[in-house]
Amino acid sequence: MTDPALFEFALRLGDNALILGQSVAAWTGHAPIVEEDLALTNVALDLVGQARLWLTLAGDVEGAGRDEDRLAYFRDAHEFRNVLLVERPNGSFAETLARQFLFDTWHFYLLGSLGGASDARVSGIAQKAAREVAYHLRRSGDWIVRLGDGTELSHARVQAALDELWPYTGELFRSDAVDRELATRGIGSELETLHGPWLAHVREILTEATLACPPDGWMHAGGRTGRHTEQLGYVLAEMQSVRRSVPGERW
Amino acid sequence: MVNAVASVADVWRWLADVPDPEIPAISVVDLGIVRAVAWQGDTLNVTITPTYSGCPATRTIERDIVRALAEHGVAHVALAVQLAPPWTTDWLSPETHEKLRAYGIAPPEGDARGDAVFALRSVAARPACPRCGEHDAELISAFGSTPCKALYRCNACREPFDYFKCH
Repeated sequence: MTDPALFEFALRLGDNALILGQSVAAWTGHAPIVEEDLALTNVALDLVGQARLWLTLAGDVEGAGRDEDRLAYFRDAHEFRNVLLVERPNGSFAETLARQFLFDTWHFYLLGSLGGASDARVSGIAQKAAREVAYHLRRSGDWIVRLGDGTELSHARVQAALDELWPYTGELFRSDAVDRELATRGIGSELETLHGPWLAHVREILTEATLACPPDGWMHAGGRTGRHTEQLGYVLAEMQSVRRSVPGERW
Repeated sequence: MVNAVASVADVWRWLADVPDPEIPAISVVDLGIVRAVAWQGDTLNVTITPTYSGCPATRTIERDIVRALAEHGVAHVALAVQLAPPWTTDWLSPETHEKLRAYGIAPPEGDARGDAVFALRSVAARPACPRCGEHDAELISAFGSTPCKALYRCNACREPFDYFKCH
């Protein structure tokens, strides 16, 4: 492989979108109201579509003949490169939307940093995805305000969800050798630079939602290098079982 | 040679008869997703730009294009997907807006190249009701029956309608 850093980078972006998309899709037919059922399903569709683009790029860069399906269905948990935040369980509607909001805000700024990437394949996907993610972000932000500034129960649930998820946000802003190499090549910027804008928007929404911004404490990390929580195994088992039980089948 | 009988202009006209599978009132050309058509020997290169990354209609559209061209005698079609520049609703022509409205879908309002598409906060869109024309509708759902639409209800005539989002 001639460009292992770009391969890792594309896998990370693809896996974030794939795992979150797969998890959000589990709401289909189960959302509290039909309008949100539609919305969650469409957000999941956008994310899975983005995952296909990134994983196809990863496969091309790797040059070993693995396409998007091969990468999605035939890797085990330790080979996935998504951040831990996206593999947190769906939980309640409030937990799903809190996870979505924290991720969408980061995703929005991350894709924005890639829009002018020196690699045209990366900038092409990023520019396309950024339009979709901006729409996701407006929706999830609206929901945080609605739930936080809603009933006593919705407020308590979304606050608890944010407190629970906050320790998974540290990983989003910790660059490693892959990120640094790509930044020097003009593909994105070091992840630490996204923290300021991310926190500013998160705080604005939480304040409007009458929610408390959780304090930074000890942060989990590891997803981007393949060290995952138990939950990812369940997501993969459901996503991969059919394809693995009949390898090579076409339908 | 096939290209002796089919000019690029013919091909564009044929593609203008291929309906969008989910919004059959408009064609794939109206939708703005056909970016280029060119002959290379006896192979016709057709470049398309997908609407939304996850739009489930994309594969169907590709199949429909190949089938329609085959019916016109074009045996070799090479479809290429081009992501950049990203598809936007600015590529819908004024005629397409009219077709959408007549079909009961409010066409997109606003400039998709503007900042609103990338705004962090929701801006209340007030699409005109495609039935009564009033600019007094409320958002019911951020997404409609397809990824490209949102669901609104007109406060004047009380009819719900799809709005083709400015994207």
